[in-house]
Amino acid sequence: MSQTYTTVIGLEVHVQLATQSKLFCRCSTQFGAEPNTQTCPVCIGMPGSLPVMNRQAYQLALKTAIAINCEIPAFTKWDRKQYFYPDLPKGYQISQFDLPMSQDGWLDISDPKNRFEPRRVGITRAHLEDDAGKSVHDEAHGRADSEIDLNRTGTPLLEIVSEPDMRSAAEAKAYMQELRLLLTHIGVSDCNMQEGSMRCDANVNLHIDTPDGKVATPIVEIKNMNSFRAVERAIEYEAERQHRAWLETSTKMGDVPKQTRGWDDTAGKTLPQRSKEDSSDYRYFPDPDLVPVLSTPEEVESVRAALGELPADIRKRLSDEHSLSAYDADVLVNQGRDVLQYFTAAAEASGDYKAACNWITQDIQRVLKEKDQSIDEFSISSAQLADLITAVAEGKLPKSRSKDAFELMHADSMEVAAAIEKLGIEQVDESALVGLCQELLDANPKIVADVQGGKQQAIGSLIGQAKKKNPNVDPGQFRRLCLDLIARQR
Amino acid sequence: MSLLEQSATESLQLLRQGKLFAVELTQAHLDRISTADDKIGAFLRVDAEGALARATEIDRRRQAGESIGKLAGLPVAVKDVLCDSATRTTCASRMLENFRPPYDSTVVAKLKAADAVLIGRTNMDEFAMGGSTENSAFQLTRNPWDLERAPGGSSGGAAACVAGQMAPLSIGTDTGGSIRQPAGLCGVVGLKPTYGRVSRYGLVAFASSLDQVGPLAHSVEDAALLLEAIAGHDPLDATSLDQPVPTFTTTLHQPLEGLRLGIVREHFAEGLDNEVEKSVREAIGVYKSLGAEVKEISLPHSKYAVATYYVIAPSEASSNLARYDGVHYGHRTKRESDLVEMYCRTRAEAFGPEVKRRIMLGAYALSAGYYDAYYLKALKVRRLIRQDYDAAFEQVDLIAGPVTAEPAFKIGQMSDDPLSMYLVDLYTVSANLAGLPGISVPCGITSSGLPIGLQLQAAPLAEETLLRGAQMYQSQTDWHRHRPSDP
Amino acid sequence: MAISRDDVEKVALLARLELSEAEVVSLTTELAQIVAYVDQLAEVDTEDVEPMAHAVEVHNVFAEDIVEPSLPREQALANAPNQNGRGYLVPPVLGD
Ligand SMILES: [Mg+2]
Ligand SMILES: [Zn+2]
Repeated sequence: MSQTYTTVIGLEVHVQLATQSKLFCRCSTQFGAEPNTQTCPVCIGMPGSLPVMNRQAYQLALKTAIAINCEIPAFTKWDRKQYFYPDLPKGYQISQFDLPMSQDGWLDISDPKNRFEPRRVGITRAHLEDDAGKSVHDEAHGRADSEIDLNRTGTPLLEIVSEPDMRSAAEAKAYMQELRLLLTHIGVSDCNMQEGSMRCDANVNLHIDTPDGKVATPIVEIKNMNSFRAVERAIEYEAERQHRAWLETSTKMGDVPKQTRGWDDTAGKTLPQRSKEDSSDYRYFPDPDLVPVLSTPEEVESVRAALGELPADIRKRLSDEHSLSAYDADVLVNQGRDVLQYFTAAAEASGDYKAACNWITQDIQRVLKEKDQSIDEFSISSAQLADLITAVAEGKLPKSRSKDAFELMHADSMEVAAAIEKLGIEQVDESALVGLCQELLDANPKIVADVQGGKQQAIGSLIGQAKKKNPNVDPGQFRRLCLDLIARQR
Repeated sequence: MSLLEQSATESLQLLRQGKLFAVELTQAHLDRISTADDKIGAFLRVDAEGALARATEIDRRRQAGESIGKLAGLPVAVKDVLCDSATRTTCASRMLENFRPPYDSTVVAKLKAADAVLIGRTNMDEFAMGGSTENSAFQLTRNPWDLERAPGGSSGGAAACVAGQMAPLSIGTDTGGSIRQPAGLCGVVGLKPTYGRVSRYGLVAFASSLDQVGPLAHSVEDAALLLEAIAGHDPLDATSLDQPVPTFTTTLHQPLEGLRLGIVREHFAEGLDNEVEKSVREAIGVYKSLGAEVKEISLPHSKYAVATYYVIAPSEASSNLARYDGVHYGHRTKRESDLVEMYCRTRAEAFGPEVKRRIMLGAYALSAGYYDAYYLKALKVRRLIRQDYDAAFEQVDLIAGPVTAEPAFKIGQMSDDPLSMYLVDLYTVSANLAGLPGISVPCGITSSGLPIGLQLQAAPLAEETLLRGAQMYQSQTDWHRHRPSDP
Repeated sequence: MAISRDDVEKVALLARLELSEAEVVSLTTELAQIVAYVDQLAEVDTEDVEPMAHAVEVHNVFAEDIVEPSLPREQALANAPNQNGRGYLVPPVLGD
């Protein structure tokens, strides 16, 4: 007997904030340096060293919290979260416990392809804390020692905790993508999941309809998901796993302690993780080495004011004011900040948003994929794209030949004019073309008769002949002139 | 007067006038150390060579007319809890026996910049936890006035080296009385500044919200001189106060007009030794004779100070000492197997009993279910204690009283009774909880020849008032000139 | 609140301290004594009293986001009881 169920998902996302130096010391946060070359007494937690908070880290955290619609309390403080781990040299993480710097926000998610209904995901809190180091364990050598690298220790992290508001893996993935879009747009983080500057833990369980009411399965926390795809796959897998487990054991929430599972991307499974011993009792207390931060409504407002237009606003503006379809607007904005800037420049210069959007979402995206390039590496500048759009609009370039021009422009990085010339396109002056039409009509009385008999498409068979005599003939123009001439003949 | 007897201020004069060389002064103290310290045990390490080299260099620079620091040529001893890149910093613990910090604490950097001659590192209770210096993992320090007795602590070495005339000036730290109590028991002057007045950067933390660095010396004047050199805002310490530092030495000799002196009713309750009470009351008499108005005041919550302190200090300590896990520095067990065992054994092997006791107490007070009843409750009582003082300093400029209930106690007398040892801090902990400055000045000697200390306390940042008030007393008395007979 | 042998053992693990039988016994009595003394705080009326975590109450202290040189690796690792010139070595850590 199988019942229907809902998957309930809450996400805990950690993003590294894009500062030059660490949260509590002045060591570089540069990724990928040689192990233990970016540490100092403070981030090694040496006796006597003291933390001082990085102003920029706090500002970026504040900016983010406001962008995800959080409230900013007037008073916030930092607490010590205590546990022993070799990548945690002080024996505690400096985090925030009962008075986080922000709370009660939200983020709207939707899907251009409408695989799920638009949804507002609640954000419980976002707080600023320091990152731990890395332990490298060479499994191959079995019991060999682990090597600890403290370069990452002390990098500023913003932990963003969502409400359990998502109902499918696709929604969770969309939430992550929207969050990355927003955070990269406001420039607070590069949100690179491979490099770990954006990390995600998911809390997942099922609400199952049973003959005797709804039952919740035990909440499982999934870790080690290192890509958006992984988040989606892991949650899909976990939901099915929990459903199977329910059918076999019918274990409910509360029957067992909350368990942690790790996502194994190659195996495509979540596997039980042994959690750190007694990490349950973190003995949080206010860090006496750091002082509280007070913020006034004025400061918060000035940060909000400086945020500018956010992705969601831009989508709305493009469809409301520039008559892009909601789908186009979504696809375009989801390309991220750089593509959007390129689009805006081309659209404003040419005055044709629709055309600019089509070029970018179709031809340009195709080329970028093929060449695995980013928009700023692309050989056609936004200004040149605008020229192309304008040339077509002014009839200097038949729509039918515009793709050929595009190819020349990006392959041989030509200007539009040059491309048009290369294609041998010159505008044929009307009188010359009228002559040509007359000549061909005289030579083909049958077609003239057909047309007069109402079969206008008969003209089509003359277009080939016309193009033989002059390759620059614009088929549309040729047809129009012929019809005029025939009409005048009667 | 011999080089050892004259005050640091006097020596500094002679050095400036070229009538005395830093090398002579340093050598005199090094000689004294070699004759006296094997009996007293104030120093963990003496840097004779380094000290003489620095002294020579300072003399050369002075003669060459080069610019030279405020303390140029004065020997200063430093408690082995302040990082100095030139030597180990052990905190008198097996855990840090071989720890060489790659950096200087701000206080040590300031002393170096002032051209002080750093002659050695003084003994202390392990991680500054204790009131007798008996908790040092390395050696006992004996009270120069009676070698059977403890010098107090945790800055026992810092007080004993001054009392024993092995250093004219020394640096201690005070978390619950660790400068004032040993100063009182060793008959020297010891000052605990306002919290945040002196940088904690590079001070190995015991209880971060209570720890302060301060001077010990023979006279108030010398203490003022040393405080001036180490005080000031430090961007490396977020809790350091961004406030100008008065030049204490210039205003020191101006008596306080219309001084209002507070006497705390609760300080003269039972448990106070008669001779101590007598001397303290005599000292108060001296102020009366100088025209001070003496008012009895009440600090109703002061009776909870020790309880409050023994929740807050161990809680912070349990966290501050979590970093000693055998991974990044310090001791590591040889009997390691898995990670958790490595931690547990490393810490069991290298921490002494008192440190373990306080880590346990603190971890307990912070653990799930007890936080509100202990830690949070203590933070609230702490505010009430501070509010008592705020109210008191509306009525008075200084508060006078005993430093300890009794003079120096016998070594071993309290080592198996932690609680009674904790109660020794009764009169001193409140100043740390409230963050205000306090000073201990010699005010008598018992019939059995042990020094007695007078404690003065002032409002936050009122060190200038505190020092001028203390100087008023010393200008009328000579208790600070008494020295113990040679050990 | 009375403190039991169980509490002592639980806290010892939290604090990562290996205790001998003798230590467990003595700590149980000593901590019980101290905790009993500390329990007098319960009698203080702290209704609407704000906790005081710092001795002096300053706020909004920041450092500017400017990179300064880190320690040379040899210096960073110099005090480590077990290291290989690249990193600190510890008994196997599973997971990350
Ligand atoms: Mg976190
Ligand atoms: Zn650092």
